[in-house]
Amino acid sequence: MTSTTPLLEVSRISRIIDGKTILDDVSLSLNKGDLKVVIGPSGGGKSTLLQCINFLQVPNSGDVFLAGQSARAMGRRNICGFRQKIGMIFQDFNLFDHLNALDNVAVALRKVKGEKKVQARKRAMSELERVGLADKFHLYPSQLSGGQKQRVSLARALAMDPMVMLLDEPTSALDPELIGEVLNVIAQLSLSGMTMLMVTHQIGFARHLTTEIIFMEEGRVVETGPPELLEAGPGGGRAADFCAKLAEVTGR
Amino acid sequence: MDTWEFYRHILIPAVNKGLIISIQLILPSAALGVILGLLVGAGRAVGPGWLAKILNAYVSVFRGTPLVVQLVMWFYGLPGLALKLEAVLKPCGFPPVWEWLLLSPYAAAVLGFTLCSAAYQSEYIRGAVLSIKKGQFLAARSLGFSNSQAFWAITAPVAVRRALPGCGNEIIYLIKYSSLALVVTVSEITGQARNVASLYFRHLECYLLAALYYLAMVTVATLILHWLEKKLAVPGPEGLNRD
Repeated sequence: MTSTTPLLEVSRISRIIDGKTILDDVSLSLNKGDLKVVIGPSGGGKSTLLQCINFLQVPNSGDVFLAGQSARAMGRRNICGFRQKIGMIFQDFNLFDHLNALDNVAVALRKVKGEKKVQARKRAMSELERVGLADKFHLYPSQLSGGQKQRVSLARALAMDPMVMLLDEPTSALDPELIGEVLNVIAQLSLSGMTMLMVTHQIGFARHLTTEIIFMEEGRVVETGPPELLEAGPGGGRAADFCAKLAEVTGR
Repeated sequence: MDTWEFYRHILIPAVNKGLIISIQLILPSAALGVILGLLVGAGRAVGPGWLAKILNAYVSVFRGTPLVVQLVMWFYGLPGLALKLEAVLKPCGFPPVWEWLLLSPYAAAVLGFTLCSAAYQSEYIRGAVLSIKKGQFLAARSLGFSNSQAFWAITAPVAVRRALPGCGNEIIYLIKYSSLALVVTVSEITGQARNVASLYFRHLECYLLAALYYLAMVTVATLILHWLEKKLAVPGPEGLNRD
């Protein structure tokens, strides 16, 4: 891979569900270490975009390249290996209900990577340590707070050694006082060089870390730019309006 | 012969003999019924359309016809089919595959119970699978699980826990409908009680004792199922009843 090849390249993907265009010719790219933020009103196709990037939903057209490798060129078997390299975080955590925190992280190491139980649990423990939950390893999802659940899900994704992380509104389902602990982990990750694409309404947080904000509406990328430029509103101001509204609600 | 002697030397030994046979019928039928029910239920809930159709047809037939009729078909009906097959295949030089259709009474009973029980079990499993939120399955696939890996590692363990009360209910039914084995000449508890009753003309005592034996088996099964539910329960205030 040359230095000019982006780590993740999304090339002109469209997604049509029941005749309705959810994603319309969306392209973007991330270089290694980038944190880019996707914002925009609900129903604008942000979640669909993330799920199309790791082919959980197969786009109707377009392709995704990870380190130059085309997702579309992969067979059904290889696509699982492709997904393994892309960590995903969900708004409502999606932890496995029947497993404790440790096994939530270890289960994919065992089943997908084929690691031995002891080895998988050791790795899982070190990931839980990284998100500050080593002492909660034995608790089940229903015994954890929202912020703790999201940190377990971060540990679960990180344990697979992903090249890129996709975060779909990771703090939207959290109480205000729990948002901080999750954002801290995400900030640390970004500073340590993880490449990330994050859908969020935490514009204030995003502004400090991101190089680029992507504003999506009605399935299209409407504006793209560094945060200060986008918020200043040169491109018609739709993104600037949206940012101003978010700031009003969250108080920045 | 006085009543006590009758109990001690005739009735109780006979029903005990029947108890062993009942257990030999119930244990494999229950186990195979659960396993087959899990596979059928999974296929109906998340399998490809053609498979779900076939399995739905299987369930319709086995839930929609009386078990007595099914048992009689397996034991008395199949040999008729075997004769027809023999007439066609033997002249063509086939090995005697038709002989496989001649089931022993015991095999016919276990086959009948298993297929009937699995049809019901699959319905409990199917309901449980459908009640599980898609998100966990999605998360598993995002980690690199294949569809079937995600189903068996993530969806199935939760589904089995949710289906357990229903599946236990079906096992309890099975314990009682195992008495129908007498129509294919397997003398389990009911069969033994009936034999003694008609020989000595003491129906009340014989069937009362048989009933007590079933009650005891159901009680033991209930205790085991409760223990299993407790053992598999996921700790926490919300348990598994919440997504």
